[in-house]
Amino acid sequence: MSARLPELTVDSVTGIDVALPVAGAGARAYAFLIDWVIRLILGLAWYSVATIVHNGDLSLAPPSETDARWFGAVVAPALAIYFLYHLVLETLMRGRTPGKRMAGVSVMSHDGSAPAVGALLTRNVFRLIDSLPLFYGIGLIAVMATQEHRRIGDLAAGTLLVYDIPASSTPGTAAHSAAHARYDAVGAELVSELLERWPLLTSEARCQLALQLLARQGLKTEVLSAADEATLHAELERLMTSSAPRSA
Amino acid sequence: MSSSAGRQALTANLLSRMPLWREADARARRLALGHLDEASDAIRLAQDYRLLAHDLARVRTLLPGTRTREYLEGAYARAHVTLHRGAWRADRALIGLFRDELPAVVRWLLPYILWCTAIFILTVVAGYALVHEYPELIGLFASPELIATVERGQLWTEGLLNVVPSSVLSVQILTNNIVVTLFAYCAGILFGLGTLYILGLNGLIVGAVFAFVGQHGLAKQLFSFIVPHGCVELSVMCLSGAAGAALGEALVRPGPGGRSESFRIAALRSGKLLSACALLLVGAGLIEGYVSPNPRFSLATRVVIGVGYWLFMLALLSGRLFPRRHTVS
Repeated sequence: MSARLPELTVDSVTGIDVALPVAGAGARAYAFLIDWVIRLILGLAWYSVATIVHNGDLSLAPPSETDARWFGAVVAPALAIYFLYHLVLETLMRGRTPGKRMAGVSVMSHDGSAPAVGALLTRNVFRLIDSLPLFYGIGLIAVMATQEHRRIGDLAAGTLLVYDIPASSTPGTAAHSAAHARYDAVGAELVSELLERWPLLTSEARCQLALQLLARQGLKTEVLSAADEATLHAELERLMTSSAPRSA
Repeated sequence: MSSSAGRQALTANLLSRMPLWREADARARRLALGHLDEASDAIRLAQDYRLLAHDLARVRTLLPGTRTREYLEGAYARAHVTLHRGAWRADRALIGLFRDELPAVVRWLLPYILWCTAIFILTVVAGYALVHEYPELIGLFASPELIATVERGQLWTEGLLNVVPSSVLSVQILTNNIVVTLFAYCAGILFGLGTLYILGLNGLIVGAVFAFVGQHGLAKQLFSFIVPHGCVELSVMCLSGAAGAALGEALVRPGPGGRSESFRIAALRSGKLLSACALLLVGAGLIEGYVSPNPRFSLATRVVIGVGYWLFMLALLSGRLFPRRHTVS
């Protein structure tokens, strides 16, 4: 988890706090834009299809006299899709929308739980204020001014936007080997990382880092200082696969 | 055994539990994608959560700054989020909202509702008195078109259905009313002053228009037009005003938790009332589109509809619409 991201620290019943990375203005704007495009497309799609069905031809022009059927079947549902999109989807998807999912964020209560319906309702009602005067101006200022990047709606509902916890690469090879290896876990992780990045490094960097790590593990590197890359690579792999337990 | 060797042994023991972490994390991910409704799933997840918490505490001490810690932090957070997501039943949430939460909110807001109603009535009386005494002041409250229509001896509502169909009229009215109601609530963020302004202005307009219409002998027609939808519509205005006033008071006189916390609590509690307000306004909008401008409805019918809908509102807000079933043992 990146240390640069502000974190929401939640107390847990276990006594071990939970750290959740808080999403900032950029992630919010990204998610909002995706959602805006989706609801615009959905609203227009409904309007187009319903107008064609209503008119009985391929014309998208509204009828010269707007009757109740046209308004009820064409305009009202299209407006409902556009304006109720966030409220309905956040409620059904437990604090997420397609845009938030794509941006990798979700709405969460301040205690780390999924927000209740009342909180989502309050959060969305305050969009009226956040969207003033233009382009979510007040909301954006609030997001930038508050410590946990919360707009007025989030302050009112006790919610915030957090990043989905990234699927961090499992330290499997390194840590599991370290459990049996002669070497410490941190060193094993470093060796594992070096082997993973081996193809990306220059020849000079490979040799330098390999020698440093081998020296860290207490090996005599004098004899290896003149060794070529392939030998050093083999030596690192031998370290990782070594199964001799460290003596206590 | 030296302390360093002991530490190594602890680390090795801890890392040997890696397969358990992977299993727990995989289970949390799987449950996060689906519904966590089965008790056995929740119990298993709680066990995983405890296991991850226990091991994370040791990893934070023994292996800080490692990928192992990073992985375990992520797995623990995922388990926490999944475990605290809870079961989700939309029908139960809605029934709970209308049967239990809404009446509690109304009870809490009762003093605010009474005060806002009093303020609204006072501003209606003030608006009426102002225009009754100084008829030229109607220009402050009504549009020139409305004034001209009334001066011709007609209400602006006459022949409305010849211009706009009922459904269109209903949607326009209910949309407008819902937006005004939400604004009246949200304006509470200005320490309650915004809410009072919207409430007072609406009261003044109602009173002023009634006085002006009365001066042209049209008061009975206006009353007949307003009564079917107005009982609920004006009550909802007072309700949203009360919710906004509660927000304002939380900011003006915050509790021990501070201004931000007081605002959050007040907004979360009072915000629930708005769902009922929006629903009631949908009904009022339909009545205003289909019944109010339709001359075929007599005054008595209109009064019955208006009062009946108002009683329905009281039943909804008091929780009597969704009574609890009493079980007999």
